[in-house]
Amino acid sequence: MSPDQLGFYTLLKKEVMRFWSVLGQTVTAPVITALLYLLVFAQALEGRASAYAGVSYTEFLVPGLIMMTVLQNSFANTSSSLTQSKVNGNIVFVQMAPIGPLEWFGAYVIAAMVRAALVATAMLVVTFPFVKLLPQQPLAMIAIFALASASLAVVGLIAGITSQKFDQLAAFTNFFINPLSFLSGVFYSVHALPRFWYHASHLNPFFYMIDGFRYGFFGKADVAIWQSLLWTGGFFLITSGICLWMLMTGYKMRR
Amino acid sequence: MTTPSQNAIDIVGVRKSYGSLQALKGVEFSIARGEFFGLLGPNGAGKSTLISTIAGLVSPDAGHIAVLGHDTVKDFRAARRKLGVVPQELVFDPFFKVVDMLRLQAGYYGAGREVWPWIDEMLERLDLASKRNSPMRALSGGMKRRVLIAQALVHKPPVVILDEPTAGVDVELRRTLWSFMADLHRQGQTVVLTTHYLEEAQEMCSRIAILDKGEIKALESTRQLLRRHPFRFLRLKLAGEAGLPDALRPLVSSEAEGVIELKLDTTQHPIGGVFDTLRSAGIAIEDVHTREPDLEDIFVELTQRESAS
Repeated sequence: MSPDQLGFYTLLKKEVMRFWSVLGQTVTAPVITALLYLLVFAQALEGRASAYAGVSYTEFLVPGLIMMTVLQNSFANTSSSLTQSKVNGNIVFVQMAPIGPLEWFGAYVIAAMVRAALVATAMLVVTFPFVKLLPQQPLAMIAIFALASASLAVVGLIAGITSQKFDQLAAFTNFFINPLSFLSGVFYSVHALPRFWYHASHLNPFFYMIDGFRYGFFGKADVAIWQSLLWTGGFFLITSGICLWMLMTGYKMRR
Repeated sequence: MTTPSQNAIDIVGVRKSYGSLQALKGVEFSIARGEFFGLLGPNGAGKSTLISTIAGLVSPDAGHIAVLGHDTVKDFRAARRKLGVVPQELVFDPFFKVVDMLRLQAGYYGAGREVWPWIDEMLERLDLASKRNSPMRALSGGMKRRVLIAQALVHKPPVVILDEPTAGVDVELRRTLWSFMADLHRQGQTVVLTTHYLEEAQEMCSRIAILDKGEIKALESTRQLLRRHPFRFLRLKLAGEAGLPDALRPLVSSEAEGVIELKLDTTQHPIGGVFDTLRSAGIAIEDVHTREPDLEDIFVELTQRESAS
């Protein structure tokens, strides 16, 4: 392994070790929260007509809940790690090291994807007693998972770079991540929405991530899978471009 | 970009402003390989900005810096591999144990298991061996300072910058750190030290730069710097109730508990002349003591002269 590769691998390892050392907060807690959503919504709404023939409401709900949790945790992993390092000042250890912008980007994003994969797997396991979900389109499911998780990890990096304190990061979560997650069709099919909100949902990239993930399980969704892949891939490319520009220019990182 | 250089660090025309504040006003000097170099200056002089610029934490508005010939921007990987910086602030990553932190830090620089024995050696040398598996957040301030030093050295950099490493540490640790820095220098490493303890710089550094308001006010060997100011101090305790003659009053630099200290320019005020004046005034001397100027006197003179002008 070359010194540059070792630098990248070490940063990735450090980011994985960071969330691993507080697994209760980073994996167990979001799984429990998602389970509570499942229990409450499944109890309240089971029996309502599902969006797709042959799919119960609880079955419909689970992939959406998993993807929502994946998105929120991918964002949280990069944004909280970076903001915490900036607030503590220990970001200098990485800033002074011979690690380039691409390695920074790759290490933070991949670590967030590892956490997201753990959370998703744990959720699939704990919901299995309620719904026996097996992916009908595993490749599509994996592709959407990877693109969506990476995209939100990148958004988390952007939030971490631009935030100087936790208040600013909280504003990012409250005014951007949470509204887009909840208005993305996790709990309902967008076909059930009034016309305005139906169209508005189609401008929300999170909708395509959740809808595409659902397609992976059921082989059917509100929009075509290519549309979900295109939107999610496009979102990833745009956010990655912005993030890499920030890392390369030292925006809000180098004084 | 790599250029052959005999110097450990070349700083060329570095400028940095924060709004209307000019933190560095075209700073330019070099530090030779193997030097023990002191960078001194009052608070706000620009020392930390300069060090942060060398370390890549600050982007200069103009000018450039090279570490062992490697430009810190264009060839940042090579430059940073040659450099170890101990930051001034007690920063640490609360998630890790001491030994994990050091191994991770080595990995950032592309150093793997081959440096683990060196990490163990540093833990011993810095009295951290008993804390190797302690979480960083559980360490005292002094222990955290030692870990910071170990972190900067973990990849065996040939150039080490220590930004006020002995600030706020007890006497014992300060002595440990002095001995450690001296060992590093003996082993051939270039050491750059910023400190507020001027006797520390005087004791350890072979050459000194004094930075004030973003400009280099003095840059020469410690010995030359001490010689450059041809004054000495004469402490007198006069017998009885006699006061100092008016002719000597302008030379008083301090007066406390009956001891008067005169600052004498050796080219204009030979000590014999002071004694002659006292004898002529019929004043007897109870005790006398002379003191050569130390770095602190020169530092104060240089920085105050600028403030006055």
